[in-house]
Amino acid sequence: MSPLDRKLLRDLWRIKGQAVAIAAVIGVGVLMLVMMTGLVTSLDETRRAYYERYRLADIFAPVTRAPDRLIAELAAIPGVSAAEGRVTGSALIDLPGLDLPLQARAVSLPDFGAPQLNDVYLSAGRRLDSDRSDEILLLQGFAKAHDLLPGDTLSATMNGARRTFRIVGLAQSPEFLYTTAPGELAPDDSRFGVIWMSRTALAAAYDMDGAFNQALLSVGRSGEQAAVLDAVDRILDPHGGLGAYGLEDHESNRFVSEEISGLRAMSSGVPPIFLGVAAFLLYIVVSRMVQAERGQIGLMKAFGYTNVEVGAHYFKLILAIAAGGALAGCLAGIAAGRALIGVYLEFFKFPFLVFQLDPEAFVIGFGVSVLAASAGGLIVLRGVFALTPATAMRPPTPPDYSRAGRIGRSLNRLLDQPSRMVLRRLTRQPGRMAGAVIGIAAGMALSVGMISILSGFDRTLALTFTVIDRSDVTVTFTEAMSEKTILELQRMPGVIEVEPVRIVPAVLRNGLKTYRGAINGLVTEPRLNRAVDQDVVTIPMRQEGVILATALANILDIAPGEMLTVEVREGRQPVLDIPVIGMAETLLGSPAYMELGALNRALREPNRVSGAYLRVDAAHSESVYRQLKDMPTVAGVSLKADARDAFQKLMDTGAGAMRYIMAAIAAIITFGVVYNTARIAYAERARDLASLRVIGFTKGEVAFVLLGELAAVTLVALPLGALLGYYLSFGIAAGFSSDLYQIPAVFTPESYGAAALAVIAAAVASGWLVKRDIDRADLITALKTRE
Amino acid sequence: MVAEPHKEGAAAFRINGLTKVYGEGQAAVHALRGVDLAIPAGELVVLLGPSGSGKSTLLNIIGGLDRATDGQVHFQDQELTALSDAQLTRYRRDHVGFVFQFYNLMPSLTAHENVELVTEIARNPMAPDEALALVGLHARTDHFPAQLSGGEQQRVAIARAVAKQPTVLFCDEPTGALDSTTGRAVLKVLKDVNERLGATVLIVTHAAATAAMADRVIHFADGAIREVVVNETKLAPEDIEW
Repeated sequence: MSPLDRKLLRDLWRIKGQAVAIAAVIGVGVLMLVMMTGLVTSLDETRRAYYERYRLADIFAPVTRAPDRLIAELAAIPGVSAAEGRVTGSALIDLPGLDLPLQARAVSLPDFGAPQLNDVYLSAGRRLDSDRSDEILLLQGFAKAHDLLPGDTLSATMNGARRTFRIVGLAQSPEFLYTTAPGELAPDDSRFGVIWMSRTALAAAYDMDGAFNQALLSVGRSGEQAAVLDAVDRILDPHGGLGAYGLEDHESNRFVSEEISGLRAMSSGVPPIFLGVAAFLLYIVVSRMVQAERGQIGLMKAFGYTNVEVGAHYFKLILAIAAGGALAGCLAGIAAGRALIGVYLEFFKFPFLVFQLDPEAFVIGFGVSVLAASAGGLIVLRGVFALTPATAMRPPTPPDYSRAGRIGRSLNRLLDQPSRMVLRRLTRQPGRMAGAVIGIAAGMALSVGMISILSGFDRTLALTFTVIDRSDVTVTFTEAMSEKTILELQRMPGVIEVEPVRIVPAVLRNGLKTYRGAINGLVTEPRLNRAVDQDVVTIPMRQEGVILATALANILDIAPGEMLTVEVREGRQPVLDIPVIGMAETLLGSPAYMELGALNRALREPNRVSGAYLRVDAAHSESVYRQLKDMPTVAGVSLKADARDAFQKLMDTGAGAMRYIMAAIAAIITFGVVYNTARIAYAERARDLASLRVIGFTKGEVAFVLLGELAAVTLVALPLGALLGYYLSFGIAAGFSSDLYQIPAVFTPESYGAAALAVIAAAVASGWLVKRDIDRADLITALKTRE
Repeated sequence: MVAEPHKEGAAAFRINGLTKVYGEGQAAVHALRGVDLAIPAGELVVLLGPSGSGKSTLLNIIGGLDRATDGQVHFQDQELTALSDAQLTRYRRDHVGFVFQFYNLMPSLTAHENVELVTEIARNPMAPDEALALVGLHARTDHFPAQLSGGEQQRVAIARAVAKQPTVLFCDEPTGALDSTTGRAVLKVLKDVNERLGATVLIVTHAAATAAMADRVIHFADGAIREVVVNETKLAPEDIEW
């Protein structure tokens, strides 16, 4: 090994503390990138494999009642590679000990063999025996939530008849990764079940003998989907077709896609910000480190080493730190990604994992680290190379402090010598100080950003569940009912207030942009469930048109004044053109609102409601639930508290859970920035400080000279960081927002205060660590060492 | 004053009108004010003068460590003052050895490795152990600078400078940080190098006694040569009065 390489290794060992601190900062930035991209790639790939292995259909076509012979016709549509009919229907599961019945979907499986499409993964028990009509498979998530096992019995009401079934197996299906209680947005395993039964048994229950009410199709090439959808609708329309739709509009898939694309948006939006901050810090740290090597650089040049040889030597040093950090970040990122995928597998209910890494993340992580470090090193080296070896070997000319005197002559009288040293260094070395200030400000900005995002999540929940929705209970009817049903609810003892609503499923269209959602018909002056504007003021419903959530308007690329096409997916299925008359601020979901009467008129179904929002006297809530359970017209009852819990859980386990990990990483980077700043300042001034000790300054006084500088730099950095953080927050908030929910950047004095406290705490801890070294410094060695 | 060539053979350095100004305008410092000088090859030359008289500046310029503001320096047949940075690097690598007042050893390398640092890039080096033996340090080759005394460190620095078998050896205050006994030992090593390797040795010092061992003594004052003295009788380094 050449002596230069040995010098390199020993230098690395000597500066190991600093090297590790630098490597850690860049490492954490890389970790985040690798972790996030690995997570997203793996989830995407796992989902794809899951769909493929269990043959999830590309097209779902609900129909009122179609004879089995039509399946052959559907299969003959050009581009269709498989078609299958099945029976499906809604059911209510009655569990002992629960006040409310639970909604469920019953789905048929072929009597013999596995289905061609939409197969299930049996996680416990056995498959159905077609000879026994009382056997069912139960969705595993639901079974788990209610402690149900194969061998248990379950009573359910199907098509008005109540029956008792025996659970023979637990199943998972790519079709039901997410189950959502009706009228709610957040999935909840415990409040929606799926029952699989043999085709014969289920056909008997729903009077579908020799017929099907849902067709499943797979399409060979995705390009043909639109044509196939049209053909399917043409075949099924005479039999009450309800409009075929593709997998992308399938509820569960849409949810999974949203979560994964939320993670993807986050992985492409947030880690680069972190990596950028880390890279900037690396640049500053490396440039100051190389600056300190000036004397040795001059010496090597004096011996006749060329610029290239000296440059290569320091490049190796920089590379060792940057690449070491990046490598550690990659490895830790893979480990963290794997651990997280475990968590997300559970969340997404994938029965297996396809682990995949994105090599691009490694390349980017490595590239950015090495580039930032090399830029920091090479710019300084260029400066040193420009000097003659004789100049480089001399200690740098003392910085010119002469002009500082004029600025603060009157101030000087007030300050003692150490304070003047601090002040003059700050004012006379603005370049170095600016680097330190910007570094710490970047750390502060990350903290502000993450804290404002944490508040944003709380704001989303608070706005949705206390401001927009002020009801206690949401009741969903089995179908659109007469308004008289509302009177019935009002008469119930314990019910304080009732507000009718009509929710109509519809495909909303603006040109080529479509969204499969619903129109919510609200009363003119809604009180319990409202649309609000940006200032959280209730928007009154008006007759003339529809009010869209901002998120929905963005998806459809539509603005007030334009016409929205509403393809109703209920009843007569009319296609309506309704003007957009306003925008509502929602953070959850993407609703569209209309005045109830106007909606009914447009549908030509006057005085109809599909549900109601209730305010209930807490003392009588249980009796209200019992009465609701006994009302035959009630299909579902959901408590706001449950819905809120479900959403909280979603945000804490889904893509939103990342916010905690990112906040932790932001904290590490912030500390790394501050600590490195303190360390470098010490390295630059070790000799001065030792001199001060020699001439009789106490340890405390000496520490003041250094730590005073750190304190001043930190104080200047705080407001700058707050400003940077303000802008950074919007970028991070956009990364966390999805179609499912929007996360606003929320700025409160508390969030700035907390971020400032975090930075100050980091500064105090770093100061303490550096002060320990100042106290321990060997004066003689420090003085004898030439710079 | 221009010195007459004393010994036979070519001059190692011919210097004409060498000027060096640091800084500009009011702050300008004239370190060298048009120096003319010839240094014969193979001599041991001592440059004497008070601090700031320009002797170190001269050494740095003819050693290829610094650039002149004006004037020429010829080394053998090469005009040093006309060389590019890369050519100066080549010159230092192939011909020049340096010894500094503060040793300037790499703290992270052992004595042996510090010498190796130079032998690795030299054209015709001696073995590092041989160089260390030359300065009497063969027993402590695996020690780091921090484990060596000042004299020992300076001897490592000399071993490092001579290991490449330089044509010229430049020493800037080589004994400046040493006590008299150690200083004499170091001077003896320099004298040995001069005699055994035939290298031209230039020693910059403000210790006038050192002059007694030189072939030629150049007195500096205010950036100019005040006097050049050729010693007819030289003292051995160990006989120098400190």
